[in-house]
Amino acid sequence: MTSDPAIDVRDLRKSYGAVDAVRGLSFTVGRGEVYGLLGPNGAGKTTTVEILEGYRSRSGGTVSVLGYDPARRPRKLRERVGIVLQQTGIYRNIRVREALVHFARFYPRPRDPDEVIGLVGLEGKQDALARTLSGGQLRRLDLALALIGDPELVFLDEPTTGFDPAARRAAWDTVRSLRALGKTILLTTHYLDEAQALADRVAIVKAGTILAEGAPRDLGVGAEARVRISYRNADGEQVEHVTDDPTRLLHELTAEALARGERLEDIEVTRPTLEEVYLELTADVEHESV
Amino acid sequence: MSDAVGLLWHQYRLERRLFWRNPSAAFFNLGLPLLFLVFFGVIFKGDQKQLNVLVPGIAGMSVMSGTFVALGHNMVTLREQGVLKRMRGTPLPPGIYLGGLALNAVTNTAIQLAFVLVAGNLLFGVEGVQDFPQLILYLVLGVACFASLGVAFSHVVPNSESAPAYINAVFLPVIFISGVFYDADDAPSFIRDVAEVLPLIHLIDGLSAALVKGSEIAGNAGDVVVLGVWTLIGVFLAVRGFSWEARRT
Repeated sequence: MTSDPAIDVRDLRKSYGAVDAVRGLSFTVGRGEVYGLLGPNGAGKTTTVEILEGYRSRSGGTVSVLGYDPARRPRKLRERVGIVLQQTGIYRNIRVREALVHFARFYPRPRDPDEVIGLVGLEGKQDALARTLSGGQLRRLDLALALIGDPELVFLDEPTTGFDPAARRAAWDTVRSLRALGKTILLTTHYLDEAQALADRVAIVKAGTILAEGAPRDLGVGAEARVRISYRNADGEQVEHVTDDPTRLLHELTAEALARGERLEDIEVTRPTLEEVYLELTADVEHESV
Repeated sequence: MSDAVGLLWHQYRLERRLFWRNPSAAFFNLGLPLLFLVFFGVIFKGDQKQLNVLVPGIAGMSVMSGTFVALGHNMVTLREQGVLKRMRGTPLPPGIYLGGLALNAVTNTAIQLAFVLVAGNLLFGVEGVQDFPQLILYLVLGVACFASLGVAFSHVVPNSESAPAYINAVFLPVIFISGVFYDADDAPSFIRDVAEVLPLIHLIDGLSAALVKGSEIAGNAGDVVVLGVWTLIGVFLAVRGFSWEARRT
């Protein structure tokens, strides 16, 4: 049972009328993994996540979340899943702790409300009315409400959009502590650093398809990944080569330089960062679709 | 089953607490029918025939404002704020959540009715309940009818800012033509004809029979039928158009 993936998506499709929002996505999220869907706005990330959460029907493909089909909206599944939606609301006049105590009653084995308040950093705000909270505090209440049922799987749809840097770091720490608790997390973000900082694996999504998938560190060294070699030549000009065979190129470059009695100043061998891969991939698609 | 009842009670309690946490809205919601009754009652003071029309009329209006107006507004707001969507993501069964909202509205309606009936009796000499089973029948039918129509109507309201305008555009004309403030029989026939198609006048007829006339229910079968048909229409439209999320703009 525990070896089954937490999420298994095969050839997922979703059309709104003539618009294809999701065009054949496939990915698998293992138990205890933090998986990131990274992509620009309108890439189909939220549509995908909301299909997995049971909010939307799908037009094609198969989806399994903790072994259930979310389209059937089984209560057993909702008891084991925590959802932080991209945009959502709460009763304006509910108090923080009151909301957590209320929602706890919906779940078979809830966490202690005060413990969850501490986990998301809302200490001192227990008795505050929701309408008096700041945007960042409301987002933390969202997270607290998603965690109150002690879910195995947590969906985080752009959890830090609009946060100041300090609040983002705090949110990242919370996600890391969830990971340490063994939770599976599906995260969407359009922030590269967020995907890089949090996700075990990342799928780069654009126009409803996955362009690349892998650990953020490895995303550069797959089949299409290339290595960049740069140096200054004898004339002081900056030279840059991009290659998928750095060993051979380095050997050739250094052999030629040695033969001419020159040095390759400031030589650097770098793998592309996730950002470069992302920009390259998402730009290519834009180019093709024009 | 007992879990469902427990959850319903749990949700209902929250709705009640939150209702009282907005005292000005609570006062307006609960006090409006009583205020109308007192104003018009003072005007009609001494004319028992008019007062006997007014009390069931205001009672009918209470049912409509406590369910149609309140639920219509509530659903639009909760949908727009994203509360409905959030609740749908929890294990709380949707029917229990909506049941909690409905029970909250029914409670407010009951409080309004109690005010109106007690004030009608003490201040304006309307004798009080003549036919208790008939009163319950009409209240249950009226609440089901206007609650379902309120939820159904919330589907056509574009956003919470326009909700009062949309809802009052229905509520105010309906209470004016349906004999809340005067005997509908005195109205011009074309107004009467329009009102006869709508449910409120039939609820008020029924309440009048239960509260004032004490007439046999068999004589009011037509009222029951019209209310029943509107309830079916309301339930059908409420379910069919139901959305947990605001439309995307």
